[in-house]
Amino acid sequence: MLEVKHLEKSYQKDKPALTDINFSVEPGTFVAIIGPSGAGKTTILRSLNQLIKDDGGQILLDGGDLRTANKTQLRGYRRQIGMVFQNYNLVERLTVIENVLHGRLGYKSTLAGMFGRYTEAEKQEAMTLLEKVGLEEFALRRCSELSGGQKQRVGIARSLIQHPKVILCDEPIASLDPASSQTVMQLLKDLTTEFNIICIANLHQIGLAKDYADRIIGIRHGKMVFDEDSDMLSEEILETLYDQNVTEELN
Amino acid sequence: MISNSDDRLVMQPKSPQPRKIKLRNPSLSRYMIIGVITSLLLITGYTLTHLNSANVRVGEAFRGLMMTLNQMFLQPSAGSDGMVVLLQALGISLLLSIMTTVIGAVVGFVLAVMASKNLTNAWLGSSIRIFMAVIRAIPTIIWVLIFSIVCGLGTNAAVLGLSFHSIAYLTKAYSESIEEIDQSTIEALKVTGSKFWVIVFQAIWPTIIASLVSWTFIRLEINFANAVAVGAAAGAGGIGYQLFVASGMSFDFHEVGMIVYLIIAVTILLEFIAVKLRKAYIAK
Amino acid sequence: MQTPVNYLARKHWKQTGTIVLIGSIYLLSSWILKFDGVGGIAAIPKAFSWLGVNFKPTANSVHFLPSIWQKLIGTVMLAIASTVVASLIAILVAILGSKVTGGSSLVQTIVRGIASFFRNIPLVAWAMILLFSFKQSDFTGFLALLLMSVGYLIRAFMEIIEDEASETMLALKATGASYFQVIFQAVLPQIMPSLISWILYMIENNVRDATLVGILTGTGIGFVFDIYYKSFRFDAAGMTVLSIIIVVIALEVLSNQIRKVIL
Repeated sequence: MLEVKHLEKSYQKDKPALTDINFSVEPGTFVAIIGPSGAGKTTILRSLNQLIKDDGGQILLDGGDLRTANKTQLRGYRRQIGMVFQNYNLVERLTVIENVLHGRLGYKSTLAGMFGRYTEAEKQEAMTLLEKVGLEEFALRRCSELSGGQKQRVGIARSLIQHPKVILCDEPIASLDPASSQTVMQLLKDLTTEFNIICIANLHQIGLAKDYADRIIGIRHGKMVFDEDSDMLSEEILETLYDQNVTEELN
Repeated sequence: MISNSDDRLVMQPKSPQPRKIKLRNPSLSRYMIIGVITSLLLITGYTLTHLNSANVRVGEAFRGLMMTLNQMFLQPSAGSDGMVVLLQALGISLLLSIMTTVIGAVVGFVLAVMASKNLTNAWLGSSIRIFMAVIRAIPTIIWVLIFSIVCGLGTNAAVLGLSFHSIAYLTKAYSESIEEIDQSTIEALKVTGSKFWVIVFQAIWPTIIASLVSWTFIRLEINFANAVAVGAAAGAGGIGYQLFVASGMSFDFHEVGMIVYLIIAVTILLEFIAVKLRKAYIAK
Repeated sequence: MQTPVNYLARKHWKQTGTIVLIGSIYLLSSWILKFDGVGGIAAIPKAFSWLGVNFKPTANSVHFLPSIWQKLIGTVMLAIASTVVASLIAILVAILGSKVTGGSSLVQTIVRGIASFFRNIPLVAWAMILLFSFKQSDFTGFLALLLMSVGYLIRAFMEIIEDEASETMLALKATGASYFQVIFQAVLPQIMPSLISWILYMIENNVRDATLVGILTGTGIGFVFDIYYKSFRFDAAGMTVLSIIIVVIALEVLSNQIRKVIL
């Protein structure tokens, strides 16, 4: 279980980016975080694996606090938390399977990892996962030759091979066409159930969030304004969440 | 709470696979990278082990070097020439570099327009490009020395030598920028029946002005370094000549230090202006 | 008030101003530097005819050919060696100093300062200082080129790392990979082609600069040219220039081919 308690963050003094974020997620749940640009969605997501250092609160993964972990402990937590990026963040010049295997680096000794020595079992698992995301034929292709949707599926396979408890998706479909977006969202939903993991995704597309996510968290000006099952999301709530006039008044 | 053991995933293959799973296909680009790195390292190894050290004791030489550097950077002084002479010489070198950059930019732009693949016929374009490649291949200092045979050692040779290299360099840089322009921009003006040079100044010039400014300032920085070098190696005057005299004839390293500080000040100033200008033009 | 009409008028004045500025820079500097423009233009055809005459091999200059090529190849190898050693140093320093992979901001500032310092000391100064301590040896040329290249390459490599590796770096950091794993598995494979492209460019550049260093320090091809030039053996000097042209262009073509394959 992932619990976030009283999470705070500000980039500049007196201009909080996040104030008092609280939520907890059970395994097997697909959560979408929605809200206008600049509301703090990315900040929340990146605080969860401490790529951004927040200013206060608790982030508990099965009871252990990431925020107070030392460097080695943090690496231990990070390998249990997969991450999927908007721009895929693959090493474009390496092959698909090499990029998937990068997800194993956190489990390896520094030396074995530096020189990319993977066991046959790990390679086999990488192939199994590529099959799962439908890319087994592309294993030996360079990532630079793939389409955006395919790259994102490589990114998902890379996060799965970490054996994660949580997968964080930072705008996973923002750079994709509608058809690929559907594929990727369906894949994330299926994998969440199949591996009984927590999947948290920042999304701009409200429609897709409603269709695929189990639960939706709405963020506005760094505050949670909505946290319900996805079918509870109504037009009125969306209006308050995205209303331009209200935004200007608050500024 | 779920466990994080591996058995959640389909780990065991149904039948043990006899062959190892490959991570890469052989690719030309990979072999090329490995080949280039290996051959560079081999050449380096060979060269360093066969270096003609002319019986110089390296340890002693390094100690000497440290002493020289100490004299230069910690105790700089204007020496026997005095600050006024040094500043004058610095000004001459700077002026030389500005002038040759201006010549290089004007002539280089005209040639670049004529050499760009999207503007001109292939024959004219490629002959200019080949000619410029030959000019670029001759080091600046040798151009200056060649010109000093035909018009005597001095300003004329220095200006011509530096300009030649600048022209060749800027022609290449500018024409690469011109070739990046979207063909439709040019066609839009062509269909209005505009004359060639009108298109150049109304469509091409404004489109690439930022990269023109950027390349010109890079060349100005190079030309300043070259002006110093030419002064020293060809005796063409300026701060480079003062540097040569102080370090190679009078061995006054305090003065060398002062000269180096002056040169660094100018190069940092040029770099600063270049960064500011680039920002200003990108903002537009 | 900014109207289209006076905007265009102002633009027109700006253009005229630029032309006047360029013209006056030219005239003012010709006057101060005592540059004779007409004589200068007249000298250009003379220079080319000089090259034309002296590029023709004579019985005398063919005689010098083996020693010219021996020195030239030596110079190219020296340029390669100094660039490679400089690159090895520069990549380490650049990893330490870049915003993406680097240490604390203090380390980054120090690295930037050092790189800028080495870059801005003129090559001539390095050559002359080193000549004083290391005498007339290949080692002097090697060190001068090395010190100069290090400054340039550190800056270039840092920019490459910051441009090309920051996203993958982040992704691997998020998997829990350690620092060295990230460097070797993500950063280096990602930047390798750009790195090699820069190294090749630096080699081309160093071959040209080696001529200058050679003239100053009495080594390599620069020294050979200087001797022929000063003893008025222009046919041999012309042969040297021709050889340099051939080698530099061959290197340029070769590196362009390599770039095409690896990029």
